[in-house]
Order: sequence, then structure tokens, then C-alpha cells
Amino acid sequence: MGANIYKNKKPLIVFLFPAFLFMLVYLFYPFFMNILNSFQHIKNLGQSTGRWNDPWYTNYVELIHDPVVLTSLKNTLIMMVVTIVGQVGIALILALLVDNIKAGAKFFRVVYFFPIVISATALGLMFNLIFLYDKGMLNQILESLGKTSLTDWKGEGLALVTMMLPVMWQYVGFYFVIIITGLNNISEELYESASIDGATRFQRVRYVSLPLLHNVICTCVVLAVTGALKVFDLPWTMFPKGMPMKTTFLTGTYMYYQTMEAKNVDYGSTLAIMLVVLGIVTSKIVNVIFKEKDY
Amino acid sequence: MKKKKFEISSIFIYIVLIFWSQTTIYPIIWVIQNSFKAKDKILANSFSLPIGELFTLANYRKAFGNLNIFGAYKNSIFVSTVVALAVVILAGMASFALVRYSFKLKGFLQSMVMAAMMFPVFATIIPVFSMEAKWGITNTSSWGLTMLSLVLPQIAGNLAFAIVVLTGFIRGLPIDLEEAAYLEGCNVFQIFYKVIVPLTKPSFATVAIFSFLWSYNDLFTQMFFLRRPEMRAITRLLNELTSQEGTNYGLMAAAVTLVVVPVLIVYIFLQKYIIKGMTAGAIKG
Repeated sequence: MGANIYKNKKPLIVFLFPAFLFMLVYLFYPFFMNILNSFQHIKNLGQSTGRWNDPWYTNYVELIHDPVVLTSLKNTLIMMVVTIVGQVGIALILALLVDNIKAGAKFFRVVYFFPIVISATALGLMFNLIFLYDKGMLNQILESLGKTSLTDWKGEGLALVTMMLPVMWQYVGFYFVIIITGLNNISEELYESASIDGATRFQRVRYVSLPLLHNVICTCVVLAVTGALKVFDLPWTMFPKGMPMKTTFLTGTYMYYQTMEAKNVDYGSTLAIMLVVLGIVTSKIVNVIFKEKDY
Repeated sequence: MKKKKFEISSIFIYIVLIFWSQTTIYPIIWVIQNSFKAKDKILANSFSLPIGELFTLANYRKAFGNLNIFGAYKNSIFVSTVVALAVVILAGMASFALVRYSFKLKGFLQSMVMAAMMFPVFATIIPVFSMEAKWGITNTSSWGLTMLSLVLPQIAGNLAFAIVVLTGFIRGLPIDLEEAAYLEGCNVFQIFYKVIVPLTKPSFATVAIFSFLWSYNDLFTQMFFLRRPEMRAITRLLNELTSQEGTNYGLMAAAVTLVVVPVLIVYIFLQKYIIKGMTAGAIKG
């Protein structure tokens, strides 16, 4: 019966054509053009000279010898570790705690999630004020606690910490909601029978909640790793052009810098390819380590 | 005995939870209260409330005078609304076809959608820009064309995700209603419009909210396509502000407040749908 309605295949094209045309023109075609661009010489954005580099792999040689690429790769890997440990870790702890309280769960959910809704650019401005050397919120707090000298949060020593903390902070609520949803799906009976067997509250978390959350946490880790590769707005607002001394570049911000600021467009597309490869490799690794399990 | 132990650990739990909630609430309050103080007062005593002599509206006067905040709002809301509507319509149609029809290329198209989700915007933006430059819609003085040049790539960027979410929902619908409508003499387009769309309204709302917020907050694409001052959208305007007025802390606080507070109000009213919309991809169903 259902097959009857959808036997005539003619309307198919009307339904599918617009969406897939969009994806072909704006995602697939540009993706392959970007690979070609990385072998070409392009001086200005929007120009396609069609002139090939000589030798064609020039940009890739530059990539290997560019010390900033190494910095950005290192920073991006640190960023991934920070997102896994910081975002998913803190979110997991908060979710397990909220799961154990009676009142206020909804309030915490709303409050924790709220930074995700705010544009990262506005948050970047806000954190610029908070981390201000003379004297932002943090330095004022430290002063009132008795510290005599001002801390240079944006100096070379602390710049990475200052950049990554807000990124980490912003998305904790996102993983919190995902994990809380996972926790709510665990049936109450399992906890009850664990209690009857004499399990303490901690043991219930360790032997019931955590094993059953395995796949949810796995999803979170994959999202955190791929999310770390896409971070752009906050770092670019707080530390434009890799300040100080090009030490805070991530792969994404460095790609933007080469394309828009350094006017080295073909090198920018080469960096974008490096970013794609990095994404594929890391998500493969994560999938091997955190293999999904069936219960 | 047992009850008392329970209470102590509960107090500890609440302390941790309230501490984290302070990290998300207090910075915003701090910025808002400092937006009503003169620049030098912020540095001296930023924790006191802006009452009495501390209070000033100078930052807001400057924000509305020097920055085209209303223009930026108009651009942002226009772009994000168009993106959200287009994504919902196009993805809705495609998802319906992908779920209900069986045809040769179905598997191929489905893997195309999955692949499209993987492309980071960094890897497509340069060719997209040259393509649009060739069409003559980038960097023009025409407001409509400039907005179009931003809207098109943002639609494409959200489509794959929207299709994945919507196919999940449509697959869960019982086919009986469509059969009934068919017997009543509806054609496939009427079935889509009169049966599928009303039934999937909540999930359409979810996808629309996600696309709207994503587009509203997306600085990267805006940096490429909104070059002229009068064309700036909200996030682009804020970014410009950091580089030009980076030391005018009062103005910065006022600008952040003006951008954050409307979103905050909308969020308080729609939080259920927004949270669902933003996490829809991760939580299936």
C-alpha cells in the first residue's frame, strides 16, 4: 500500500534536486577545487589564475618547513586534549552530580548551557575584559587576595592557557546536556537492584552509570575532537594574528591568517587540506581507542 | 544516622554545582554592570554596582552613536532567518524523499550527505569565494547581493546536518496517515505539505533554531563575505570593534551587553527548544 503512493518516481527529482544541487555546488565542487588550488599560484582571494606552481608541490614543501605550522599543530593537539579532558570530563562530573540531586536539575541545565548560545565573538570581547592586564576582573580578584604584582595573562607564558580556558568553558554545558540525557535513559530498576545488593552511591556510579554511559561518552569525545579543529571565533577575537609572536595559532586561525592577512591564498588552501587530513586521522584514532560497545 | 550522611554529601554536591553555575552567570553580570561605568571607574572598582556617581550612560550613547548596532542587527536577523527557512524547506523535502522512496541512487545520496557533514568550512571557503566572485555577487555595493553571497554558503553548510536529523524524525512517522490522504485523492506534494509538514513541526523548529543560531554566531564566513562597514552583521561588527576600539573598555562592555542581552532573553523563553536544537545531532531521536 505504502509502496503504491511512492511508486511514481517523477516527484523525486523535485524533492531531491534543490538540496543536492546546493551541496554539489557549495560543498563537493569547492572541496575538490580546494585540492587543485593548493597546487596553484593564487595571489588574491577570488582570483583564479590557473597558473600551476613549479614544482607543483611547492606549498607542501613550504608546509613542512614552516615553523608556524608546527606551532599550530601542537596547539591544536593540546586543544583536543583540553576539550576531551576539560569539556567532556567536567561535563561528566557535573552530570553525575546533578543526577544525584533532587531539586534544581533543570536550573543547572539551563544555566550551564547558556554560553553556547552566545556568539563566541562576544564571549571573546568579554574575556578580553576579564583577562585584561591593567586591570581586568581576574587581576583585581588576585589583588584583593593579596597578590602585589599584576599577572600578564596574554603574555607568552600564559597566552595558551588564556586562550583555551574560555573555549573549554563555553562548551562544557553542551556535553553536560548530552550526558544527562544519557543518564536519564538508564532505567531506575538497575539502580534499585544495585542498592538492594548493597551498592553505595559511589559504587552505583562506578558500576552502573559509567559502563552504561560508554557509548554516550564515546560520541562526546568524537564531537570534542572534531570541535577542537573548528575552533576559530574565540581565539581570533582574543589573540588575532597568533599574538604574541605567532605562538597561539591553531590550524584554523593560521589558515585564515595566510588566506586573508598574508594574502597567500594557495598556501591557505594547503593548510585547509592539512586540517582535513588531521580531522580524519584523529577521528580514526579516537574510534579505535573508544570503540562503541553493545550491551 | 543514614539521613545525616546523605545531607552532608548533598551539600557538597550543591557547592560544586553552584560554583560552576557562577562561572557562567557572573562574568555576564560583571560585564553588564561595568557597561554603566566610565572607563577609568571600571579599572578602579569593577565589582561595585553602578549606582550613584558611578552610573553613566555614556558608553551606550557612544555605542549607538559610533557603531551601527541597529544596522548590524538588521543584517544578522535577515541573514539568519533566510538561512533557517531555506535549510528547513530544502532539507525537509530531501529527507521526505530519502525516507519514503526507494530508488537506485538512494544509498549513494545518503553517503553523500554523510560525507558533506565532514567537510570543514575551512576546506571549501576559498573556492566558494572565487566562484561567487566570478558570478559577481561578492564585494559589491549592493546590499542584496552581499547578503546573498553570505546566505548561500551558510545554507549549504547546514543542509547535511539538517537532513540527518529530519530523516530520523520522518522515519519514525507511521505511514497510515499518508495512505489515508492518498485514498482521499492527495498527490505526493499535497501529502508532503498537508501530512508530513504538520506532523514534523517540532523537529522542523529544532532544525530551524539550530541553523539560525549557527548562522547568527558564525564569524568565519562573515569575515570573508561582509567586507564593507554598512554590510556588517553583529559578530563581524564586534570583531571590528576589538581591533579599532580595543582599549575603550566601557564601550566594549556596552557592545557585549547589547549583543548578549537580547539573545539571553530569547534563550530564557525558548530554552527547551534551543537546547534540543543545538544537541539534536548528538542525541538521536
